[in-house]
Amino acid sequence: MAFKIIVCAKQVPDTNVIKINPKTGTLIRDGVPSILNHDDANALEEALKIKDKHPDTHITVISMGPPQASDLLFECIAKGADEGILVSDRAVGGSDTWATSNTLEAAVLKWVKENGPYDMIFAGRQAIDGDTAQVGPQLAEKLGLPQVTYVEEFQISDDLKEVTVKRQLEDGYELIRVQNPCMLTTIKELNEPRYMNMKGIFGAKDIKVWNAKDIEVDLTKVGLEASPTNVFRSFTPAPKGKGVVLEGDTEKEVAKNLLINLKGKHVI
Amino acid sequence: MNFQLTKEQEFVRKLVREFATNEVEPLAADIDKEHRFPVETVEKMAKYGMLGVPFPAEYGGAGGDHISYAITVEELSRVCASTGVICSAHTSLCCWPIFNWGNEEQKKKYLPDLLSGKKLGAFGLTEPNAGTDASGQQTRAELVDDKWILNGAKVFITNGGYADVFVVMAMTDKKKGNHGISAFIVEKGDKGFSIGKTEDKMGICASSTTELIFQNCEIPADRLLGSVGDGFKVAMSTLDGGRIGIASQALGIAQGAFDVTVEYMNARKQFGKKLSQMQALQFGMADLKTKIEAARLLVYRAADMKDKHLPYGEAAAMAKLFAAETAMEVTTKCVQYHGGYGYTKDYPVERMMRDAKITEIYEGTSEVQRMVIAANTFKK
Repeated sequence: MAFKIIVCAKQVPDTNVIKINPKTGTLIRDGVPSILNHDDANALEEALKIKDKHPDTHITVISMGPPQASDLLFECIAKGADEGILVSDRAVGGSDTWATSNTLEAAVLKWVKENGPYDMIFAGRQAIDGDTAQVGPQLAEKLGLPQVTYVEEFQISDDLKEVTVKRQLEDGYELIRVQNPCMLTTIKELNEPRYMNMKGIFGAKDIKVWNAKDIEVDLTKVGLEASPTNVFRSFTPAPKGKGVVLEGDTEKEVAKNLLINLKGKHVI
Repeated sequence: MNFQLTKEQEFVRKLVREFATNEVEPLAADIDKEHRFPVETVEKMAKYGMLGVPFPAEYGGAGGDHISYAITVEELSRVCASTGVICSAHTSLCCWPIFNWGNEEQKKKYLPDLLSGKKLGAFGLTEPNAGTDASGQQTRAELVDDKWILNGAKVFITNGGYADVFVVMAMTDKKKGNHGISAFIVEKGDKGFSIGKTEDKMGICASSTTELIFQNCEIPADRLLGSVGDGFKVAMSTLDGGRIGIASQALGIAQGAFDVTVEYMNARKQFGKKLSQMQALQFGMADLKTKIEAARLLVYRAADMKDKHLPYGEAAAMAKLFAAETAMEVTTKCVQYHGGYGYTKDYPVERMMRDAKITEIYEGTSEVQRMVIAANTFKK
């Protein structure tokens, strides 16, 4: 029986080019290209690596977003995923992390109803637009799955039943062994995402679009209104001032220049 | 009329742009300087399916179209024209004639390895005294005891030193002129077949351009491509398609030079302001951008006509003529707008200008393209 992996992915604006309107505090999305969220590309890559080794692996990518987010599923399939599911409905628009994970939970449950149980779920650590890192863990809790976040190394047993991961911490790492099914959130150190390939681009695409009714989600738990949190303010952090390099022929001279500078600014 | 790319074509551009930026551009200056054929890049192009774009999946191709193929060559050439022509010569000049003229056994034997990039292809028509004037062929092929014996030499063969499969033209009946030429499939390692001198060129220095030498070269009878006497038709139809590839290469070179010049003009300050704020240069760039876009429309139109099985020889000639002359003009002006820096190898426009020149020459010079267009205009 095929090993079934679900990958959660999000289409995000390319933050390398995005700007914030200083008057309204909202993102200027006009003309900004949308991309596959970076950490999610690592999530998909790890699933694809399992498929490289075990061709009988089936990868489903699930995303929530506006209709044009189906481009992201196109890209994931062109990299080697088997199917894509886009949950798209005005009713779920404006969801915060809690409402989003409610939506994704409902989508996963519908998928299970149609396809049977899954073996693993991968998600990126966080999306570069919201930066919350909450949706993955929330989804795992709601589905009752063991979860490991910040995965930077991954190994799976030959029988695909058990995974050993290295979890990145601020001051070190943890080595964790976990039984499938489980949920892992991935970081960029985990792998180098592959490109699409030409055959994938021109091959058949199994992309389904589900609305709120399809996934039978409780409408009081999704969307902007139902979201317990909302964005207070968006802003571009003021750029830090440029540093000054003090020069001098000797160390003493550099120290002297430093003193002159500090005195000049009335610091000392 | 529809000027929108399809979703597949958009994604082809995204794929090749990313690939070219990460894998091709970092090598471009070095392989040019070292005159080194980028074997590692060819392997990577193979891995991602870039060496069999416009061929059906049943033969191992990507199942794509010719606009996608044009975009592939364009995007590779945008950062490295040598890499672009490796893909173009392989696809248009070797895979295509086998796909179009080969019998089922030949297609099944050669295409899966070529289209997956396990093997690289080349095309041998040009001789010291016969380029586009194919009737001057001096390479001969004779059928002796169920084997073809080839004697002669080819020059200026792109991918020559690294190819595994060659589509080669040879005279089988001198009296018949063009109708006495036949096409053959020659493999690396065939008895009596060797690679001669490697050319030391002005541009596309990382592409391998060599002589092919046939000294009583012996190949089985089933290597004949098409029928005896079809060689001229094989060669001319192949070059019609090849011109779309070279036009795409020229387009990519022009776009690449333009893009780095925009960047340069936004950074470089003289007389207290950026070059990009000077109207004379702004207008010059506006003209170049317009010509590049016009070239793009001609190239994609020719590719689209090929996909739709419309006669595309004249359209391909127009595309190549205009794109090549645009590439030469754009790169020359871009060097100019870079000033002294543009003349140094520290900036890529110097290489791009040298690379652009060949697009006005190979697979039919600009003069030959005009002959093709004129012949279509005044025929009968």
